[in-house]
Amino acid sequence: MDTIIKAENLKFEYRNDETDEVTEVLKGVSIDIKRGEFVAVLGHNGSGKSTFAKHLNAILTPTAGRVSVCGIDTADENKLFEIRRRVGMVFQNPDNQMVANIVEDDVAFAPENLGMPREEIRRRVDNALAAVNMSAFSKHAPHMLSGGQKQRIAIAGVLAMEPEIIVLDEPTAMLDPAGRREVISTVRRLNRELKMTAVLITHYMDEAVSADRVIVMDSGRIVMDGVPSQIFPQVERMHSLGLDTPQATELAYLLKKSGFNIDGTVLTVDDCISEISELWRNKVGADD
Amino acid sequence: MMKDITLGQYFPGDTVIHRLDPRTKILVMIAYIAITFCVQNFWGYIVLAAFIVISITLSEIPPVFVIKGLKPIMVFIIITGLFNLFLTGGEVVWQAGVFKITKEGIRFAAFMVLRLTFLILGTSLLTLTTSPISLTDGMYRLLKPFSRIGLPAHELSMMMSIALRFIPTLMEETDKIMKAQAARGADFENGSLVQRAKAMIPILVPLFISAFRRADELATAMECRCYNGGNGRTSLHELKLEHRDALAGVCMVLILAAVIFLNIAVK
Repeated sequence: MDTIIKAENLKFEYRNDETDEVTEVLKGVSIDIKRGEFVAVLGHNGSGKSTFAKHLNAILTPTAGRVSVCGIDTADENKLFEIRRRVGMVFQNPDNQMVANIVEDDVAFAPENLGMPREEIRRRVDNALAAVNMSAFSKHAPHMLSGGQKQRIAIAGVLAMEPEIIVLDEPTAMLDPAGRREVISTVRRLNRELKMTAVLITHYMDEAVSADRVIVMDSGRIVMDGVPSQIFPQVERMHSLGLDTPQATELAYLLKKSGFNIDGTVLTVDDCISEISELWRNKVGADD
Repeated sequence: MMKDITLGQYFPGDTVIHRLDPRTKILVMIAYIAITFCVQNFWGYIVLAAFIVISITLSEIPPVFVIKGLKPIMVFIIITGLFNLFLTGGEVVWQAGVFKITKEGIRFAAFMVLRLTFLILGTSLLTLTTSPISLTDGMYRLLKPFSRIGLPAHELSMMMSIALRFIPTLMEETDKIMKAQAARGADFENGSLVQRAKAMIPILVPLFISAFRRADELATAMECRCYNGGNGRTSLHELKLEHRDALAGVCMVLILAAVIFLNIAVK
């Protein structure tokens, strides 16, 4: 698999105009993301994860270091739209991403900006809405939809650019549990079925469990990087970074700490249930 | 209360009125507004009323929905009516102290009320049957020829479309802020006019702050979707004039002719 996003010693700082203080948000981030990967980026508030995400489609450009996406340097201003059409970006608040009063018009916004012919816009809008299972709502007004539906429309809005990468910056932070499930399963499907590279910034651990790879950021640096089953069982390390672990992992960790012989790497509720029932069966068997 | 404002809200549909070219609808609306100001007797309003009733029927929008659009403007209409009723000089028909009603006053007040009502009905019919994007499209294409002399046609239409898009969002937000302030003891209903105006400040401040924040986020989201102003932009919607557009134009000319005829014929 080839590298699609490459950050080399990425640094970003900004100066406060009033106090003239320089704040260093990213302090040297280096990472390779492979084509087709589903990467979850975790970190508590102020860890620099959103700032990192904004570097992936040249909303921000590095103060020092280099970011390249599909082989294009994001600092190259002449290639700005080349980058943005390849990297779709979805934000937290679905209401503040919608330009139009009708779902299909909103989805058409990006291809219209790219100056595509009418038939091509139509094709892309239909495909994008089908990809997020919202075709039935193409003529609806966005403010009549639920939060999860709105966010799926926002995803369709970037899919209409036919991007290679989709970056989601806390897309579920404002949604209820049902809306969160809708959005995450949509992203997962795009990754599996359309082979789209996905970068999900989140602070819900349960969402990160299904990723191929988890990156943990803390005060502007990448501090952990690995598959979920390597990252989450390090419960104490996660806690010291101000992060939770999935509830199932937490339970297994606590049981293990109390002396039970349980596999500490469980990530999902189902795995946890089977581990505990296994434990129970062994105990009952031993008592007999 | 906030949900009652239908002005600027689109009622999706697929009727003859919905399918009319937005350019036609805008031009028809401008003509309609001009005609409402031309009308000089009640027969003219009957013609306009017929036009509005037929349009609403064709658009298949529940009439209640259209009439609801009048509610927020009602106070304004009533005040205008009362001013005209009491402050027009002429032949006195009723007097009590300083208050007097004149024959001309009654006529004038009735005219003003009808004129405003028809203006609101007509314009809300336009926004109810035309999606903001196609409205914007229409406006843009009507204004485009003037961009050669420096008129920012695309920017204007984009601004309008976004303003319309955010009306329901900001309405909802205002409602939420009002409830939050009321829960903490704010009183919007009682007190003098000045006190009530002052009570609006704790609503407006958070509303403005949030609107600026929204604008900032929207701008970023638009940039992320390759927005680059009007240059080289295409549109999902094709604007093509059809027979029905010509028909709408002919209707407007006939109405204008009828109104002018009635103005001259009925003195």
